[in-house]
Amino acid sequence: MSVAKPLPHDAAALHVTGAARYVDDIPVPGDCVHLAFGLATIARGRITAMDLAPVRAAAGVVAVLSGEDFDVIPDCSPSAHDEPLLSDGRVHYVGQPIFLVVAESHLAARKAAALAKVEYAEDTPILSVEEALAAGSIFEDGPRIYGKGDIEAALASAPHRVEGRIEVGAQEHFYLEGQSALALPQEGGDMIVHSSSQHPTEIQHKVADALGRPMHAVRVEVRRMGGGFGGKESQGNHLAIACAVAAARTGRPAKMRYDRDDDFLVTGKRHDIRVDYRAGFDDDGRLTGVDFTHYMRCGWSMDLSLPVADRAMLHADNAYDLPAARITSHRLKTNHQSATAFRGFGGPQGMVGIERVMDHIAHTLGRDPLKVRRVNYYPEARVESAGASGRDIFETEKGHRLETADLAGRGSVKVADGTGRGARFGGAHSQKPVPSREGLTPYGMAVEDFILGGLTAQLAESCDYAGRRAAIAGWNAKEPVLKRGLALTPVKFGISFTLTHLNQAGALVHVYQDGSIHMNHGGTEMGQGLFQKVAQVAASRFGVGVERVKITATDTGKVPNTSATAASSGSDLNGMAVKAACDTIRERIAEVVAPELQAEPSQVVFEGGMVRANGAEMAFEDAVTRTYMARVSLSATGFYATPKIEWDRIAGKGRPFFYFAYGAACSEVVIDTLTGENRILRTDILHDCGASLNPALDIGQIEGGFVQGAGWLTTEDLVWDGKGRLRTHAPSTYKIPACSDRPPVFNVALWDGANREETIYRSKAVGEPPLMLGISVLMALSDACAACGPAYPDLQAPATPEAVLAAVDRARGA
Amino acid sequence: MGIRFLLNGEPQDVSVSPTVTLLDWLRETRHLTGTKEGCNEGDCGACTVMVTDPDGTARALNACILFLPQLDGRAVRTVEGIAGPDCTLHPVQRAMVNHHGSQCGFCTPGFIVSMAVAHRNGRRDHDDQLAGNLCRCTGYAPIVRAAEAAADAAVPAWMRADAEALARGAVGEPAAGPRDRPPYIPTSADALAAWYAANPEATLIAGATDVGLWVTKGLRDLAPVAFLNQCSDLKGIVADSETIRVGAMTSVAEFGAFIADRHPSLAELIRRYGSVQVRNAATIGGNIANGSPIGDSPPALIALGATLHLRKGDARRSLPLEEFFLDYGKQDRAPGEFVEAVSFPVQPDTLACYKLSKRFDQDISAVCGCFNVSVEDGVVTAARIAFGGMAGVPKRAGAVEAALVGLPWSEAGVMKAQAALADDFQPLSDMRASAAYRMRAAEGMLMRYFHEQAGSATDVLAVRA
Repeated sequence: MSVAKPLPHDAAALHVTGAARYVDDIPVPGDCVHLAFGLATIARGRITAMDLAPVRAAAGVVAVLSGEDFDVIPDCSPSAHDEPLLSDGRVHYVGQPIFLVVAESHLAARKAAALAKVEYAEDTPILSVEEALAAGSIFEDGPRIYGKGDIEAALASAPHRVEGRIEVGAQEHFYLEGQSALALPQEGGDMIVHSSSQHPTEIQHKVADALGRPMHAVRVEVRRMGGGFGGKESQGNHLAIACAVAAARTGRPAKMRYDRDDDFLVTGKRHDIRVDYRAGFDDDGRLTGVDFTHYMRCGWSMDLSLPVADRAMLHADNAYDLPAARITSHRLKTNHQSATAFRGFGGPQGMVGIERVMDHIAHTLGRDPLKVRRVNYYPEARVESAGASGRDIFETEKGHRLETADLAGRGSVKVADGTGRGARFGGAHSQKPVPSREGLTPYGMAVEDFILGGLTAQLAESCDYAGRRAAIAGWNAKEPVLKRGLALTPVKFGISFTLTHLNQAGALVHVYQDGSIHMNHGGTEMGQGLFQKVAQVAASRFGVGVERVKITATDTGKVPNTSATAASSGSDLNGMAVKAACDTIRERIAEVVAPELQAEPSQVVFEGGMVRANGAEMAFEDAVTRTYMARVSLSATGFYATPKIEWDRIAGKGRPFFYFAYGAACSEVVIDTLTGENRILRTDILHDCGASLNPALDIGQIEGGFVQGAGWLTTEDLVWDGKGRLRTHAPSTYKIPACSDRPPVFNVALWDGANREETIYRSKAVGEPPLMLGISVLMALSDACAACGPAYPDLQAPATPEAVLAAVDRARGA
Repeated sequence: MGIRFLLNGEPQDVSVSPTVTLLDWLRETRHLTGTKEGCNEGDCGACTVMVTDPDGTARALNACILFLPQLDGRAVRTVEGIAGPDCTLHPVQRAMVNHHGSQCGFCTPGFIVSMAVAHRNGRRDHDDQLAGNLCRCTGYAPIVRAAEAAADAAVPAWMRADAEALARGAVGEPAAGPRDRPPYIPTSADALAAWYAANPEATLIAGATDVGLWVTKGLRDLAPVAFLNQCSDLKGIVADSETIRVGAMTSVAEFGAFIADRHPSLAELIRRYGSVQVRNAATIGGNIANGSPIGDSPPALIALGATLHLRKGDARRSLPLEEFFLDYGKQDRAPGEFVEAVSFPVQPDTLACYKLSKRFDQDISAVCGCFNVSVEDGVVTAARIAFGGMAGVPKRAGAVEAALVGLPWSEAGVMKAQAALADDFQPLSDMRASAAYRMRAAEGMLMRYFHEQAGSATDVLAVRA
């Protein structure tokens, strides 16, 4: 069977020869125009004068558009209608598009864009957490609060308490392929759009909206992206809309790609976060309760910030059963790029908070941090999976009011709430906390599939945690300059879109007369190997080799109303949808050939390229030919909706996740106490992919996710200055991990175990969870800093050399 | 009178504006879209191409900051030319497929070219050879596994075809005599000196790793320009028993290879300078002449006691390197005057160079400290110390040097000298580091130099799990 084989990426041979086409590689008609935005240079204020005459006069310029050229400026937001394509006169951040150049070449457009003379009336920007709080500059009507048990009583009665703060920086996606789009005008005002997007349906919807046309007039195609990581869930809207508008106005194809610096300046990044915590615990480090306050700077527009901040809250517990908890989340509106989806979608930020608490508790008690972590773990799942789901415990609110057509975006969470919704709950503070019951998350979902006890034990054994802990202590006692550190941290990550209705997918499968198979589904390929995994599903359903399956570009004309390829959901959702389509066709074939095989249709099996029953068999392609000759359709759609999930994000109660994916990483680091320079020396990972659809691709996601997560917490340092200008806007100043930054010893293994829930071949989602394995590096660095003195080092992230040296100083009590 | 070179084996004769980049020309004019634009500034390697010189040397270079005139007389091979003529995959291509070295695939063409060049040149230091290629998906592990797997495979014949074609004179001088080149491509220092004296407002382009960004990011029109890479008498290193003289057009890569035996710490600094692609293009002269406060070679050369050799027309002058850097953005260089060479004395190796950056490889220094201290009988007898990133120019730490000389070479002595750093430097805060941290790090580097000589473990890169 094709499933579970470690096949290479479907486009690997195209990648290595340079033949794989990305949006900017698609041949275009010779009259294609190229676009560039002119960008605001202040963080907040109004445009008082904009002289675009020099732009229009520049060589190769075809047209220049500003907000004044539209009756209604097209909206680019995923739902909140707060992102005009071009400034309406107000400026909200440095880098906001304020005019659009249409030119004969990419370079001509960029050069012309630099020639505008813009005058502003500047207002004082709102940049810091404190400034936003003081100004009341927030999204939603107040902080969201989720809770479990009586937190104040739990803290008051605790034998020990710690409190502290960790600030974690933002992260730029740095997909190697920058944002890009191409619009090809069609007859009758229709538009075909090629977009480097994780969300073709949203592109379709937003382009249709911008053109004042129904969605059927716009077809969006995405063959592949050169990386996405969440950065192409909503951030491609501007380019696709700009191209469509320019194409509609000029009648010429229009292409746009951001120069890398513009990509940094215009588009959103991972939310930075400040986590304030108070924790109570006993002599073993067992928490009695923890009180978190999250402050997330969301930037100028809402984008996907509400569900991101929600997910941070939903991962504030990580692997730990908190007898009492309160999570208060502030979503701050600031004059920055609008922070957006990034692999983990808030989960990593929430998880860093509790891992930091574990580290702090262990230091306070002088206990091994791994012991403290394990004593707080959720109860290990029983072998027989059973028990109440969150749905059985809570009555959740039903019947969301749907006010606009922005349904496919994760940001539509706000729309779905309706305006009166918060009020119906009597405001944020009146909600009843989840009861303090073992195995229940702070949002009331029972954790029924917990495997980290066994997984952690296996990893601690295989990486010789105890032995190396002793060796490191020996080194640190001897060496004056370099100190080493070790940490083993777990990951428990919830799988499903928290906006429940997005957990659906469609597929379209054709079997041709020759037995070749055309497969299409709503998921997009950004490098994660989704297309190959789903092709393996299709091949397995038909019992043929994967080479029979043609993987085709995601196309809103083939499968409509898709959700973003996001939330790690790609293979879970689309694999099931493709399976459904394949099984429909399979049943039809079985009906046709069963008599010839002298069997019932239910006895017909598809394997080894054959269709078999009762010892008789025929080649798959012969069965297909017979089905065609019998005038039976060999084309089918498939559909899937995730079961069991139900979630009320205002109450903070329900079962937002179908299941959890688990993993753990042990990292060892060394720091230079004179400069703060640091290296990862070794990382061991054991990760849970359920029954892997493709172990090679899954390991690729784990290795890559870990390094990306480690980069977020170490070298990747986004710096805005006091005027809100991003000073690190290119790879010359923003440093993602390079080749030598991966751990020189890097052992990655898959946990052997099927998903307890009925997912596609019992696999588990793998896109996001491994990123959070990188937290082990931050905690190992904290451990190394702690070896320098008696005090808690209070290491902040990213742990640049400067941050590490500051932590060394704090450990020494300096 | 165009630019002549080979592209994937085919002769080209191209007449374009001299500041058209190879990347734009490949993608937009030739529609060879395998070579990708990831950053347009030489930092990501997605546009890596192989360039072969007439002497048969093959190098990886970034096409985004490579101007077409720099290719005159050379051969370019893009990812489309890495597979064989019959589409046989190169061993590194096969290995990348088999070892799952591509995910999104966008960086892959650049990796493939870097790997194929390294493979051709027999290099197995994969981390260094690939430091200039960024990948955001894989975490690099499968890419290095692929490089290791392909290392023992024979170099395919087609990977030597460019060198053979150039040796046959495929784009070289015709039998009738030297061919015409555009006047902005001088072929000797004399020709350059004469041209530059007549065009003192011109921009000289050595490796274009800095000037390239003036075009791709600054969107500047640089005309007039001159390309120095065919001035063969400006290239190369001459050493006698007393002096080492480095021609201005000597590449940073070549200098790094030369200096490894004499001053290994400087070679290690250069290993971390830019990336393979950048070091192959960048020149020692360019790194000095651009006057950057954060160039890495000036502090090291100052610590070695280097002398700079300048030329204008036929007039030459020399000065201590540190005196060339007058102020931020201001050098002691007259219009029409150019850097001809830098020289420094042959000396016992007491040089230690420390480069501090957020990322170890291919990052610009927050602080670069270079220490050259002589100790006799436990007492400091001489010290030359210079820093980059601590002032508006690469600068000698005169007060620290003065404080050190005569002190016992001890932790206490070093701590005394550390205090003098404040007399030498008032660094700035920027996106790379705060002023306070720069001072702390500079102090730390001086102490590291002491501990290193005392035999303690001081190099995080040397520690193994």
